[in-house]
Amino acid sequence: MGSFQSLPDDHQYRTLSQKTGFSLDQIAILHNRFKQLSQNEETLRRDDLKTIQDLESNPIRSEIIEAFFDRRNFQKDGVGSVEEIGFEEFLTIMSYFRAPPHHITEEQREEMRRAKLRFLFNMHDTDNDGTITLEEYRHVVEELLSRSGALGRETAKGIADAAMLEVASISVGHMAPDEFYEGITFEHFLKILKGIEIETRMHIRFLNMDTTVLCK
Amino acid sequence: MEETNPDPNPGESTQAVFTLNYPRIQIPFEITLWVLLASFAKIGFHIYHKITIWVPESCLLISIGLIVGGIMHSVHEKPPAVLTSNVFFLYMLPSIVLDSGYFMPTRPFFENFGTVLWFAIVGTLWNSIGIGISLFAICQIEAFGVQDINLEENLLFASIISAVEPVAVLTVFEDISVHEHLYIVVFGECLFNDAVTVVLYNLFNHVAAIEVVEAGDVFLDIGWFFVVGLGGTFFGILFGFVAAFTTRFTGKVREIEPLIIFLYSYLAYLIAELFTISSIMAIVTCALTMKYYVEENVSQPSCTTIRHVIKMVGSVSETLIFFFLGVVTITTEHEWNWGYILFTLLFALIWRGLGILVLTQIINPFRTIPLNFKDQFGLAYGGLRGAVSFALAFTLPDSIGRKKLFITGTIAVIIFTVFIQGITIRPLLKLMNVRKTNRNLETINVEIHKRLMEHTVAGIEDLCGQWSHYYWKDKFMKFNNRIIRKILVRDNRPESSIVALYKKLELQNAMEILDQMSGDISAAPSLISLHEDRKNSPKPRKKFLSSDVANMHELLSKNMYKIRQRTLSYTNKHALPNDITAREILMRRHTSLRRSFRAGSLHGTNAAKMSQKYFSLPMRQSLHSGFPSRRLGHTGDGDTESEIDYPSNRPTIRHPHRPSSTAGMPLRPLDTLKNAASSVNTVNEQNNVQRGNRRSHLSSRRTFRFRNYSDEDSEGEDQKSRSSPHAWVQEPQNSSEVQHPLIGRPHWLPQKPQ
Repeated sequence: MGSFQSLPDDHQYRTLSQKTGFSLDQIAILHNRFKQLSQNEETLRRDDLKTIQDLESNPIRSEIIEAFFDRRNFQKDGVGSVEEIGFEEFLTIMSYFRAPPHHITEEQREEMRRAKLRFLFNMHDTDNDGTITLEEYRHVVEELLSRSGALGRETAKGIADAAMLEVASISVGHMAPDEFYEGITFEHFLKILKGIEIETRMHIRFLNMDTTVLCK
Repeated sequence: MEETNPDPNPGESTQAVFTLNYPRIQIPFEITLWVLLASFAKIGFHIYHKITIWVPESCLLISIGLIVGGIMHSVHEKPPAVLTSNVFFLYMLPSIVLDSGYFMPTRPFFENFGTVLWFAIVGTLWNSIGIGISLFAICQIEAFGVQDINLEENLLFASIISAVEPVAVLTVFEDISVHEHLYIVVFGECLFNDAVTVVLYNLFNHVAAIEVVEAGDVFLDIGWFFVVGLGGTFFGILFGFVAAFTTRFTGKVREIEPLIIFLYSYLAYLIAELFTISSIMAIVTCALTMKYYVEENVSQPSCTTIRHVIKMVGSVSETLIFFFLGVVTITTEHEWNWGYILFTLLFALIWRGLGILVLTQIINPFRTIPLNFKDQFGLAYGGLRGAVSFALAFTLPDSIGRKKLFITGTIAVIIFTVFIQGITIRPLLKLMNVRKTNRNLETINVEIHKRLMEHTVAGIEDLCGQWSHYYWKDKFMKFNNRIIRKILVRDNRPESSIVALYKKLELQNAMEILDQMSGDISAAPSLISLHEDRKNSPKPRKKFLSSDVANMHELLSKNMYKIRQRTLSYTNKHALPNDITAREILMRRHTSLRRSFRAGSLHGTNAAKMSQKYFSLPMRQSLHSGFPSRRLGHTGDGDTESEIDYPSNRPTIRHPHRPSSTAGMPLRPLDTLKNAASSVNTVNEQNNVQRGNRRSHLSSRRTFRFRNYSDEDSEGEDQKSRSSPHAWVQEPQNSSEVQHPLIGRPHWLPQKPQ
């Protein structure tokens, strides 16, 4: 383990470990990375994350970075966003991507699914109103397709529209002529993504090996 | 015709009018007859559809072969000695392997790459060595009377036995929609297993010939094994790139494009054979590498031809081998040894089962989706032996003392596995409820979110510095786009293929309209005729819908990872991938038509002007009154153009200063899609029939429009004024309040996700 300026308490690690489910080694490594990103300060800012080179080419970079500063992801029932986060929040966000352990009950699996899907939902729902409106959805699709510049907004819009239509049809079914589909609520979101094995797709294999020397 | 010259040949007095010269054509004739017979057999199976569900085709082929063999035996005829080592290794095996390699679904393959190789290489080694050693142990038992078989020969036999044949299993998997990753593991394992088997076969063949084996030799052999495998891969990739490069220049000589592909693959195979490195690996990697780039360079007919020919030749080879197996079973002399053969069978089953079990335990921690017991059972039970085993056994050199025993043993194992396991695997898998793929997941939302998740995970990985295969995939795709594609692909504008896709759809729609409007493009539709057209229901557009959704998938996948998926992820071993090719044909036809359109320089302005008059508000459309006038004059804004077309479709939210979306190519791709989509909706509803028609008119107007964009710019003002009485054409300024009318007008019966 590297040399930290202030050695974190073992006790602190343990509480974190219990809260987020990482092993002590993994926490130490992630703390290393945190320090590296924040240039040895206590808190991390958006600019620190923006400097990561590999992240540049990711189309949804801003959403990802924003997710780190979104209070809803801190599991503390807050809303809005913060300017800087500490290591505990960093770790909490990371814990959304933990792999599901092999032997967990159905409820726990369901819990994990909900948590991960909630994370994704929050990524979409930038104005914190609890629904994903067409505009927000469209924004995400545009970003996803932004790698190929020639397509432009038209395609993205069309796709987003069709997607919303799908959600409407799945969740609400046949709507009356005067009804208006507000936006995707979290429940509808769960419904449309019922089939995907989120637990396995959305996880990172956290290594027990310190790779910070290899990162830029 | 009488001879006038003095007769040189005293025996013959006249030249007969008809002569039978059988010996001259004998060989090609017999080959043709055999192939024809096998084809008849194949045709025959599919007459009664149910048979092929319950009985795998290989069974049926062997049975037919048995019958024919019986017939031949009863007339004391010997089967033609066609299946020699050369014929098999030089002609039949490459076809079979190329078939498998070319139609390997690349994305699942690379996702499961490690697992596939693990099972193929280590699994085959485990099987061969395990079976070989156990058989050797059996041989020591005096009672069986096979003591003369030494270890090398046993190993040789074992390696022949461990060659697995996926055909029947994959058909069953496909039928019951087994989960993708299981499918690809079986597929990949069988493919590479062939490679390993052939290598082992050669190795043990070579070893069996030597009298004394030394320890140093063994290590050399192991090293040689790796050299062979890697060398084959290297050659394959090399040839793949060269082939792709060659196709870059075949723009003018489209007819020979398929030939290039075949020649290069075959060349890769032969050169690898020359150096006695793994030719199967060479041809497979060649096909894999080549496919991606070549399919972008060649024309559509060439693409179809390539696939068709590969499928055909591969299928013929396989059919022939099975057929021949049946014939040979009856007609050759067998050497039957109860103990040896039964134990072979037993060991084959046991070692495979054990192997899968142990190997899965080791590799599961490394897998994203671990293989559960049912998967493992499917894998183990699906280890049928087939064509390759038989051919390898049949072509054993005569120096092996117990060749006949080996052949008999192989045939016994093949027949047992193919008949018993092949027939029972389907009910068993269904019973066990093996993990299926969720075919309903083909919704756009799911697709988008899958990609979203991948990007998110990749991003977080970058962030916290923990890499996994997404990282490598990303890096490779970057390298690919930057360097490789520039060299190998002729028309290197990756985006444009998607752009072209949508334009083609637009054109497709335009063609539909033209057909409806009796082909008169430039005439402006009168109000009357429009009304009449409204009355008739438009052609059922249902057939577009799934293609639209699938197009979106293509779009999404191509954009987000720029992976070009031309083949479906599931491919029936006996059939061609059909869905996408049909669509592509349609599309390419339209592209060529479109090019001819462009040359014709339509004056669509009139039509555009006129038809705009008929942009009245559709019924029940109340949301859009009072929109501020649109600004057509918005400089260079191709997007604006489309905004007016379908205000009811278009999101009424408009970003004010959007730059032109493409470099000079106004693009409104998805209007067509939604056009079609909404048309489908409307077709479903009787009273909305006219809307469908109107949409089609709109699209035709639009297609003309963008070609004459510059003309219309000057008319922007006119149109604006003209359009103001028609309230719906305009757009709101306030973006956030008005929701998307498509969502807001759900009475259009949004379609069920396909």
